[in-house]
Amino acid sequence: MSNIKNAFKNGKAFVAFITCGDPTLETTVEVVKAAAENGADLIELGIPFSDPTAEGPVIQGANIRALNGGVTTDKIFDAVREIRKSVSVPMVFMTYANVVYSYGSERFCKTAGEIGMDGIILPDVPFEEKEEFAPVCRKYGLDFISLIAPTSHDRISMIAKEAEGFVYCVSSLGVTGVRNEITTDISAMTKLVRQANPDIPCAIGFGISTPEQAKNMARHADGVIVGSAIVKIVGQYANNAAPFVGEYVKSMKTAIENM
Amino acid sequence: MQEKTNKSKGRFGVHGGQYIPETLMNAVIELENAYNYYKDEPEFNRELTELLNEYAGRPSLLYYAKKMTEELGGAKIYLKREDLNHTGSHKINNVLGQALLAKKMGKTRLIAETGAGQHGVATATAAALLGMDCVVFMGREDTLRQALNVYRMKLLGSQVIPVTTGTATLKDAVSEAMREWTNRIDDTHYCLGSVMGPHPFPTIVRDFQSVISKEIKAQILEKEGRLPDAVIACVGGGSNAMGAFYHFINDKSVRLIGCEAAGRGTDTFETAATINTGRLGIFHGMKSYFCQDEFGQIAPVYSISAGLDYPGIGPEHAWLHDTGRAQYVAVTDEEAVEAFEYLSKTEGIIPAIESSHAVAYAMKLAADMDKDKIIVINISGRGDKDVAAIARYRGEEIYE
Repeated sequence: MSNIKNAFKNGKAFVAFITCGDPTLETTVEVVKAAAENGADLIELGIPFSDPTAEGPVIQGANIRALNGGVTTDKIFDAVREIRKSVSVPMVFMTYANVVYSYGSERFCKTAGEIGMDGIILPDVPFEEKEEFAPVCRKYGLDFISLIAPTSHDRISMIAKEAEGFVYCVSSLGVTGVRNEITTDISAMTKLVRQANPDIPCAIGFGISTPEQAKNMARHADGVIVGSAIVKIVGQYANNAAPFVGEYVKSMKTAIENM
Repeated sequence: MQEKTNKSKGRFGVHGGQYIPETLMNAVIELENAYNYYKDEPEFNRELTELLNEYAGRPSLLYYAKKMTEELGGAKIYLKREDLNHTGSHKINNVLGQALLAKKMGKTRLIAETGAGQHGVATATAAALLGMDCVVFMGREDTLRQALNVYRMKLLGSQVIPVTTGTATLKDAVSEAMREWTNRIDDTHYCLGSVMGPHPFPTIVRDFQSVISKEIKAQILEKEGRLPDAVIACVGGGSNAMGAFYHFINDKSVRLIGCEAAGRGTDTFETAATINTGRLGIFHGMKSYFCQDEFGQIAPVYSISAGLDYPGIGPEHAWLHDTGRAQYVAVTDEEAVEAFEYLSKTEGIIPAIESSHAVAYAMKLAADMDKDKIIVINISGRGDKDVAAIARYRGEEIYE
């Protein structure tokens, strides 16, 4: 059991996603600090991948900028060491299976645990393949986060029963990115999760960008996850992004904290 | 190292599996169930055989290349003429199977990736024939290299979406098709073109392509009264090779040789020779060998052939390599172009630049073999689509 449960102790949780190394790791460190200071309860650190098949254009663009800037897994580990000097909120890595597998799953998880990470999200590793990663994560104190999608239906109960940390509820079909409206029956999804596993928090991601959307989603869940909207701000303000991200995080957390 | 878990499906040794977003899991499970039901259903098989024979022109010829054999002075060379199929390549075998299956599943729309355009054209053709909508994703780089095939797909009523992300080639087209599938699943079947991706695709595509080796076996037994000594095919993802190898896997006397695209050489970064330069990884739904850097970032591969320009290889090939049952060799752009020209001049057959990789290796191999030996080269497609690109390679600017 990791530190992740603490993320859900301050009312509805706000989860911020940040692509590491976009445009530089120095900026990432500042952005993460700003997000934490302004109310982010959990931070997802994206390790860029050359071919992120679950991402929309915004996060794809961030991945390309970061990789072109020379970011590597080892440099990201160093940045986390720097972040952990002043930031104590729970943090998880979000990346793709090959980044972890190619590094050596054991070596990756050992380092991630040592530098103070709390979990890993691999969007291209479904329930059927998780045994390849989950046991080694557990060994080093990391939660292997499971995802459920609008198409999961009868799979939700099986996934929720074995879920660790929190359940990542994918709000919509398709890839990550800002959406004008979310039409999925989220409450039906989270209800099935709770039936199968009453203790596991649910956080909803994909398509959320405005305080109003966050409020609507938080009604049915324990937290909301925002990625593309933050990555967009970083893309716009580059090395000066930290205060703008801080301001945005504050507005989002304010919208959901007293629900 | 056995990493197979009891929940994981579609393994070939350690390779294969289903490394895809949760959003797609029920879609691949639905596909697997439908395939397991229809693959042995007499009516489905009757319809598919009729399409293959009456529409695609099967069985394809097994042609004795007499002039080539005599000139090289070694093993007897047979060419499996998949280039004579309707739409000009082996791709139609798989596409007719998958499109028919999708239709039985109630899907009304096909999406596909394409490299050289052959799979895209085949999918667009099947969609036209079976009255389905079709969207093909193609790297922008490839739409320029294979402009004729782009227009061909449009003519057949398909939409072609140029993919500008990443290296704007085949791998990016696959990524984009996967993204589109997560966006629209209910009415859409992803008609994957090679023996790759998540289970059940490597198995489904291999089964639909295995008609190639089934025919080769019957044809060579009829002509020669014995099995060949070697079967040679080009390998990108590996569908034509898997089809040509499959029914020979248990015939240990038959050497199986896959020819990868070395591009400008396996000692350069401009190569697509996955087995020769890649290492074990997880990408595009499968565990297999991939060209990648030390941190697992997928490498920007290169080959003159848009159809072999892919950083991975199907999981069953990876397993055939691990077990030593098949051998994977690398063939450069230059060798492939020379073979393209050689077969055209010698036998009057213009092979696809992809297939030319197999021809190039076979030429070396045949010359070193005794005259009583027999080799079969799978001519996976015809080379009309490549004529302008080869002219450019030789410094001649022609306009299509």
